[in-house]
Amino acid sequence: MAAIDISSVGKIYNGGVRAVSDINLDIRDGEFIVLVGPSGCGKSTLLRMVAGLEAISEGKVKIGDRVVNEVEPADRDIAMVFQNYALYPHMSVRQNLEYGLKNRKTPKAEIDERVAEAARMLEIAQYLDRKPRALSGGQRQRVAMGRAIVRKPAVFLFDEPLSNLDAKLRVSMRGEIKRLQRRLGTTSIYVTHDQLEAMTLADRLVVLNGGKIEQVGAPLDVYHTPASTFVASFIGSPAMNLVKGEIHGDRLAIGPGLLSLAGFAPASGAVTVGLRAEDMRLVPAGDNSLPFKVEYAEELGSQRLVHGLIGDQPVTVAVSSEAELASELHLSIDPSRLHFFDAENGKRLAGKAPAATAAPVAGKIQPVA
Amino acid sequence: MYRTRFSDHLVLILGALFLCTPVVVAFMTSTHTAADIHMNGLSLSWGGHFVETYEKVLTQKGGFTGEITGARMVMNSLILGIGFALGKIVLSMMAAYAIVYFRFPMATLSFWVIFTTLLLPLEVRIMPSYQVMSDLGLLNSYTGLIVPLLASATGTFYFRQFFKSVPEELLEAARIDGAGPFKFFIDILIPISRTMIAAIFIIMFVYGWNQYLWPMLMTTDERFFTLMRGIKSILQVWVGSQIPDYNEAFALAVLAMLPPVAIVVIFQSWFIKGLTESDK
Repeated sequence: MAAIDISSVGKIYNGGVRAVSDINLDIRDGEFIVLVGPSGCGKSTLLRMVAGLEAISEGKVKIGDRVVNEVEPADRDIAMVFQNYALYPHMSVRQNLEYGLKNRKTPKAEIDERVAEAARMLEIAQYLDRKPRALSGGQRQRVAMGRAIVRKPAVFLFDEPLSNLDAKLRVSMRGEIKRLQRRLGTTSIYVTHDQLEAMTLADRLVVLNGGKIEQVGAPLDVYHTPASTFVASFIGSPAMNLVKGEIHGDRLAIGPGLLSLAGFAPASGAVTVGLRAEDMRLVPAGDNSLPFKVEYAEELGSQRLVHGLIGDQPVTVAVSSEAELASELHLSIDPSRLHFFDAENGKRLAGKAPAATAAPVAGKIQPVA
Repeated sequence: MYRTRFSDHLVLILGALFLCTPVVVAFMTSTHTAADIHMNGLSLSWGGHFVETYEKVLTQKGGFTGEITGARMVMNSLILGIGFALGKIVLSMMAAYAIVYFRFPMATLSFWVIFTTLLLPLEVRIMPSYQVMSDLGLLNSYTGLIVPLLASATGTFYFRQFFKSVPEELLEAARIDGAGPFKFFIDILIPISRTMIAAIFIIMFVYGWNQYLWPMLMTTDERFFTLMRGIKSILQVWVGSQIPDYNEAFALAVLAMLPPVAIVVIFQSWFIKGLTESDK
């Protein structure tokens, strides 16, 4: 168990390509941190620098009380789970689990005990004498996790461990990783490009873009108050609609539509407006609504995603699957659910709505006044 | 589904006959007496002198000094073939490991220098090589027979390609598991290269077994004669009215063929795997 302190870390590859710059991140002991971002955003590079597989060009990484910049990966007290599992193909599952311990001269009795414990925890006891190639993808992933667990490291590092699994298995393995991490209480850094995985696993999310941190925060905070248009469009499915709008006093114009802001206007003039698909409602035509030209609908079973245009800007709306569709609909949205971003640099403009009021947690009992 | 037709079999049968007939003829002819062969030429029938000829070939002391037997020559050939193959594998694996996994100045250049030596076969450098061995006093020794031939561009190239196909994560996992360069090489890389090793072993064994020019230069002492030289020296004794021992030459040729055939048959499944798939 250890806290991790990443301060002003950067990575410049030979030839001057800058992959990561100025990352500052304090990770508490036992915390589950997810690094998320599109491919090429530097998330894997950052993880590999913590692991010691990439040299750190700038800044410092501390694991516990120790600066590990110059420490070999084996001596950093970490364990890593790889996307393609990286199991040793010629060793049985048991030998795979034992290998790291043997190299550390752990006594035989203790190795056996730890392997048995990890095998029980991951339910791979019956496969211990098989070779990795005789296992399915999910089983291999468990073995890869077992190899990390037996070491009892201070930090787990996960590099897109679920990307090679099919969708159903991914969901169940996701739950398992979360449970396991809770149970062991080991500080974890998890890299993924899948925002859903990030949302469900993280204690705190770190959204990266172009080698820089865009936002750090609890999943719901990031979801409800994205710090920039990039985070807004990356976190959440379907992606948040971002449209051009203009604020005049207390009214917001989006294409041909006008909305009253009820005092939530953060600025005036041109802004980028963020609309979550599920925040919009269908209303009869009238004032305070946005005309919406329907193009096509996707059936998801529980709901229906309607794609269309407000003016000439594409927007996606989630409606209940019973809702009647016409070629022209009208949308309305609670002004407190609107997100405003600077039209130029995409940074969030603080509205009057603080994060806490954004979404009352379902099931929370409100005190009766 | 494709149904095999008679014509398909015909092609296969012709191919098999084309490849096997010379071997069968050599074996059958070797069971006749030398005089018989001299009179009637090659034959496809059983001559009935199998045991005598082969026993004589393997055990009779012959040659100029009268100290060399067929069995001795078989042993020499085996030492040359196996030493040659193993040495080449060890050397080229280590060279490829250095080239693929270590960053050192001029690594790419080193590889290309090794690779271009493919263009320079033994025959080109045979005089300087002989000179070096002679100066080192290694003529007429197994060391002199084997060592100068060990550096192998082909082997290095094959292993380099194979190592490059090994997923990088395996190395990283091993590093995190606390395996240093030696441990990684011995615990991980050698075991996963075993099909490749088998393939290279077969190729190099056959190549070493069939060496003729180099052993002929390096050895004047008959105790170091290989089978390939032995066959030739039998045919050289056409002196006066004496008939060369055709039967013995054929018997030696058949014997010379057996070990490579045995090795290919035993290792063939590995051989094909090693050359065609990377076992991940």
